[in-house]
Amino acid sequence: MGRYVARRLLQMIPVFLGTTLIIFLMVNVLPGDPVAALWGDHPPDPAQMAQIKQERGLDLPLWHQYLNYLGGLLQGDFGSTIAGDRPVLGEMADAFPVSIRLALMAFVFEMVVGITLGVMAGVKRGKLIDTGVTVFTLLVISIPVFVLGLLGQQVLGTQLGWITPTVRDSMNLGQLLLPALVLGSLSLAYVARLTRTSIAENLRADFMRTAVAKGLPRRRVVSVHLLRNSLIPVVTYLGTDIGALMAGAVVTEGIFNVQGVGNLLFQALARREGTVIVGCVTVFVLIYLVANLLVDLLYAVLDPRIRYA
Amino acid sequence: MTILDMTADVPAPRDAGGPLLEVRDLHVEFHTRDGVAKAVNGVNYTVSAGETLAVLGESGSGKSVTAQAIMGILDMPPGRIPQGEIFFHGQDMLKMSGEERRKIRGRQIAMIFQDALSSLNPVLSVGYQLGEMFRVHQGLSKKEAKAKAIELMDRVRIPAARERVNDYPHQFSGGMRQRIMIAMALALEPDLIIADEPTTALDVTVQAQVMDLLAELQREYNMGLILITHDLGVVADVADKIAVMYAGRIVETAPVHELYKRPAHPYTKGLLDSIPRLDQKGQELYAIKGLPPNLTRIPTGCAFNPRCAMAQDICRTEIPALHPVTERDGGELVGRGSACHFWKETIHG
Amino acid sequence: MPETTKTAAEETVPVAAAPAEAARDSGPAPGKPRSLAADAWAELRRNPLFVISAVLIFFLLVVAAFPSLFTSADPTAGDLSEHFLDKPKLGHFFQPDWFGYDNQGRSIYARVVYGTRVSIIVGVGVTVLVTVFGGLLGMLAGYFGGLWDTILSRLTDIFFGIPFLLGAMVVLNAFTDRTVWTVIGALAFLGWTQITRVMRGAVITAKHADYVVAARALGASTSRILFRHILPNAVAPVIVVATIALGTYIVAESTLSFLGLGLGTNDVSWGGDIDTATDHIRNAPHLLFFPAGMLSLTVLAFIMLGDAVREALDPKLR
Repeated sequence: MGRYVARRLLQMIPVFLGTTLIIFLMVNVLPGDPVAALWGDHPPDPAQMAQIKQERGLDLPLWHQYLNYLGGLLQGDFGSTIAGDRPVLGEMADAFPVSIRLALMAFVFEMVVGITLGVMAGVKRGKLIDTGVTVFTLLVISIPVFVLGLLGQQVLGTQLGWITPTVRDSMNLGQLLLPALVLGSLSLAYVARLTRTSIAENLRADFMRTAVAKGLPRRRVVSVHLLRNSLIPVVTYLGTDIGALMAGAVVTEGIFNVQGVGNLLFQALARREGTVIVGCVTVFVLIYLVANLLVDLLYAVLDPRIRYA
Repeated sequence: MTILDMTADVPAPRDAGGPLLEVRDLHVEFHTRDGVAKAVNGVNYTVSAGETLAVLGESGSGKSVTAQAIMGILDMPPGRIPQGEIFFHGQDMLKMSGEERRKIRGRQIAMIFQDALSSLNPVLSVGYQLGEMFRVHQGLSKKEAKAKAIELMDRVRIPAARERVNDYPHQFSGGMRQRIMIAMALALEPDLIIADEPTTALDVTVQAQVMDLLAELQREYNMGLILITHDLGVVADVADKIAVMYAGRIVETAPVHELYKRPAHPYTKGLLDSIPRLDQKGQELYAIKGLPPNLTRIPTGCAFNPRCAMAQDICRTEIPALHPVTERDGGELVGRGSACHFWKETIHG
Repeated sequence: MPETTKTAAEETVPVAAAPAEAARDSGPAPGKPRSLAADAWAELRRNPLFVISAVLIFFLLVVAAFPSLFTSADPTAGDLSEHFLDKPKLGHFFQPDWFGYDNQGRSIYARVVYGTRVSIIVGVGVTVLVTVFGGLLGMLAGYFGGLWDTILSRLTDIFFGIPFLLGAMVVLNAFTDRTVWTVIGALAFLGWTQITRVMRGAVITAKHADYVVAARALGASTSRILFRHILPNAVAPVIVVATIALGTYIVAESTLSFLGLGLGTNDVSWGGDIDTATDHIRNAPHLLFFPAGMLSLTVLAFIMLGDAVREALDPKLR
């Protein structure tokens, strides 16, 4: 097990380097000059621009810039913003706790409700509740998240007044509730569908027939024999979804004015602050890689047929 | 008394009030998109304590479906039992509540399935799955259940039971897994065991060991055993009597050795002729022509008629009843029956 | 490496088209045997999900191809005498004022009709690109294995790690005049990995199938084995994933346009119109309702089609 983890960690290195390189290139090769953006709509002053670029190492060849960036990362330095020269790490330290909180709330919501709906639908396959869950999940998947967000904001916030339409205090759990529900809704639908399929498939398995033939009570058949097997793929999905939820918060945070990573990224895009973008995506990639490893390890715990050597 | 009652020639049953199990005129159908598949069409048989009934037939003959109906594990829907009774210790199980039937399952009637690898839960240890029987039916603690599980594994001669009790099904060999299935069935010392093709998935050498173990344990506990198989070879050594099924009906019944010597139904005859024999080396092997019928469209009359060399007009119009089979001179043949219009011609040539 | 199944798509996808399980004694006998494709088609035709979605998609394709058949109004011509606060005239079928007007006096009905084109072009365009290139890479990695597989799989891992929508935002942010082709390019650039992974898995499964081993033993050429034997048997899961992905690409385009990072204001996009609607959502909800409804309906159609196709191609789900 220890060797497996070590090997996986080693394998992460090229993927991490590759992903950060691609993001770095995307931000820097594509047209658009962040330094020129400092002047806004006015024509930039060439001498000042050259000086700023030299100070920041932006006049170096791209590979050199990338190596500089990696070197900084190794020391925990994510660089600094072009406008204002603020450390990116500080900006992220303000934004990430908000997004993590939002993503965790969404995660709990999608897990609890998604699995419950999926189990109900899968066990009663073909019955009314199954049809209801199927239609519900189809609708949730079909309505884009930003439409759902706008609708929720309008109906629950403005018209019914149950919640504040926009988030004023980004660390307030009550105010984050609706954004979290909206953020988790799509994954919730996927979790419900996955659980339903998995349950329905395992219901036909031979070992289920054995469990019934053993004279076990129905509740035990479902909770021990059916769920234990059916939830393995669901756990896998949920594990990889944490990172996706954080990245997906860009849209939700924008709609509800949550001061999280999404907001930070959105402003960085507008001001072409490449270091902020690369920094945030780097953290996302790290979360994604670690979550993947944890899921694989969890998988081995849940399914004894998987062996890691 | 029906001709299937052969309780006279077996040891006295534990329950003196009649056979352990009696299936009467059982019908099972499945509602599929292609129509109603009539899987079982009026099956009768009895099993007494200590007795082994072999049910022989091809895929789709209804032998497993009958067993699942007895066990109460048919998928309903699409399955349906429109007609019939299944008496166990004299009580019709089809009239019992779900909870009453559940209490019989595992405790009084147990089942051994064909493919032990898929029939055991892959993510639970064998110890857990064996111990579950004691925990659920007898309320034992986890620890007591595990001790019992080890005892059972010893009983079916799994080496190093104590060390292997926490292993998972995929870590055992095929034969060992089937022993675990047998152990699970034996756990609560049931009165009746239904073994559905218990050795089909195993290597030939392992087959014999597993079959011997099953037969030995059956004798020891004086259990009734229904052995479902398509393999005539498996049957010969262990069964007391045989029921041959075709298209959801019993077409022939006989004490085991009589059937081999003198089949009284063309289908049975065809099955026996298609076994390779050493003394016929070099000759072309016989095969019954045609395919088993589609159960949504069973031929009228005798279901076997399209494949039967002896078929006459009457075979295409009239379903033959299970006639008692007698000697040429009318002498009684205990326990023999044949659902063929021409059983006399078949058995007496 | 453990072979854990980790499809980014939700449900497990049928890997290799398993033949319908031969009926065993425990079940009723099957009807007469049919080929998998014929079986799938028969299954599809009687699935109401498929019929509804196919009719819807056909209709959407016609609207996208010939929008002028459905409205005479110009979606970009604003008539400021028409006020957006006026309620839509729901009785005026197919008239410019059917769904009301937006804040620049443009017919919402006409914009909904013309917006179909962008969504369909982006959805179909990205799907085609991704299926062809992603599929090809997956096939190479799966069939040749070894170094090919190592390099391609790592490359897939790298691109898979980049958040899809976020990556597209970064790419599109660099372009000032964005067209549908820029959007298609950006989405395809970041979206190909899923198809590659699915195709790779399916090809590996098919590669070890007896009929492929037999074909190889008989001396069939590599291209013949790949295209005649492996591809037809590996394509089923790819079709399923591609169909469902098409819907998600349409969502991605509208989300990007909503965020102001998709198409410019000269193009008619539902996402852009929904963005316009957000400022007037209180007083003129019809500005949101019609483009959002049409968008959801379109996505729904493709998701339902994907579901129906998956059910038809995976005998296990029947």
